[in-house]
Amino acid sequence: MAARVITITSGKGGVGKTTATANIGVALALRGKRVVCMDADIGLRNLDVVLGLENRIVYDVVDVLEGRCKLRQALIRDKRLPDLYLMPASQKRDKSAVKSEDLIRICEELGADHDFILIDSAAGIEEGFRTALAPSNEVIIVTNPEVSAVRDADRVIGLVEAAEKGPAKLVVNRLKPDLVQRGDMLDTSDVLEILAVDLLGIVPEDESILVSTNRGHPAALEERSRAGLSFRNIARRLLGEDVPFETYREAPGLLQRLTRLFSANGRLA
Amino acid sequence: MNLLNRLRRHRLPSSRDVAKQRLQLVLVHDRSHISPGMLEVLKDEIIAVISKHIEIDRAGVHVTISENDQENRLVADIPLANGRRARGQS
Repeated sequence: MAARVITITSGKGGVGKTTATANIGVALALRGKRVVCMDADIGLRNLDVVLGLENRIVYDVVDVLEGRCKLRQALIRDKRLPDLYLMPASQKRDKSAVKSEDLIRICEELGADHDFILIDSAAGIEEGFRTALAPSNEVIIVTNPEVSAVRDADRVIGLVEAAEKGPAKLVVNRLKPDLVQRGDMLDTSDVLEILAVDLLGIVPEDESILVSTNRGHPAALEERSRAGLSFRNIARRLLGEDVPFETYREAPGLLQRLTRLFSANGRLA
Repeated sequence: MNLLNRLRRHRLPSSRDVAKQRLQLVLVHDRSHISPGMLEVLKDEIIAVISKHIEIDRAGVHVTISENDQENRLVADIPLANGRRARGQS
């Protein structure tokens, strides 16, 4: 198999798996790679709307498996990036419609003439997750800097290792630098210390993600989006470039500096 | 106002630190598949077994899981009832 097959998963739902899949896919395609973004969340299809390709779907992965169309017919080519494709999930079926062997077979076939296959996993640790994991040779875990997401990420990291798909790489998504500075959010260093995995990227909380999802125009396409830049950096790291991690330390304002002075004195007393 | 809040708050550990500590503790249990309840049961039974033979300071018994890169350990710290104090009194 020529392509790198990367499963993007998280355990907990709502941490940004689909957003990450779409944006990393876009960012890799921007660097000239031939990419398939595969929606493995059968029955809860969303990668299509995040990529803005929902109106072009005719067939889906279940149609391919059940012989109603050829693999090529189900693939949707992105108009903005000619080397980016979507393989849509079925919306009307459930996880049992796609088995691990099915996905492995599809990835082998797609792998022949693509560089990357990014699999957007279902949330949870059940059948949907296991199916999405089966064809992969690399795994990206997406988490948020909060206790429930990190705990679930730890569980999934263990399952990925048990399935001999590790070591997984971590994307810390929706980091709020101001909350971290205030001491009210786990920092990336805390998350890494707890989970003991390699970091692939840090994506700040960014309203442009909501706006870009509203429009079906991934933020990675936006030159000025902070989150978009983070996803482009993640793609560069996947391609082996040594890109320093973003720090997002805002220059402290007068009030912040005063506060810090006061807290420092308080601590000494 | 903001400044006052911060001054008041900095005496307490930040919610970030609390989150980190809670996560570290809960993950020790998750990873070892030993729940806090199970640890309590173990502790009670250890106390019961050892008390049959020697006198121990029941309130001072701590049974914890320690974690490092290589292994997880069940650590039982059991103070004896007639330790240094007894010697000091005699």
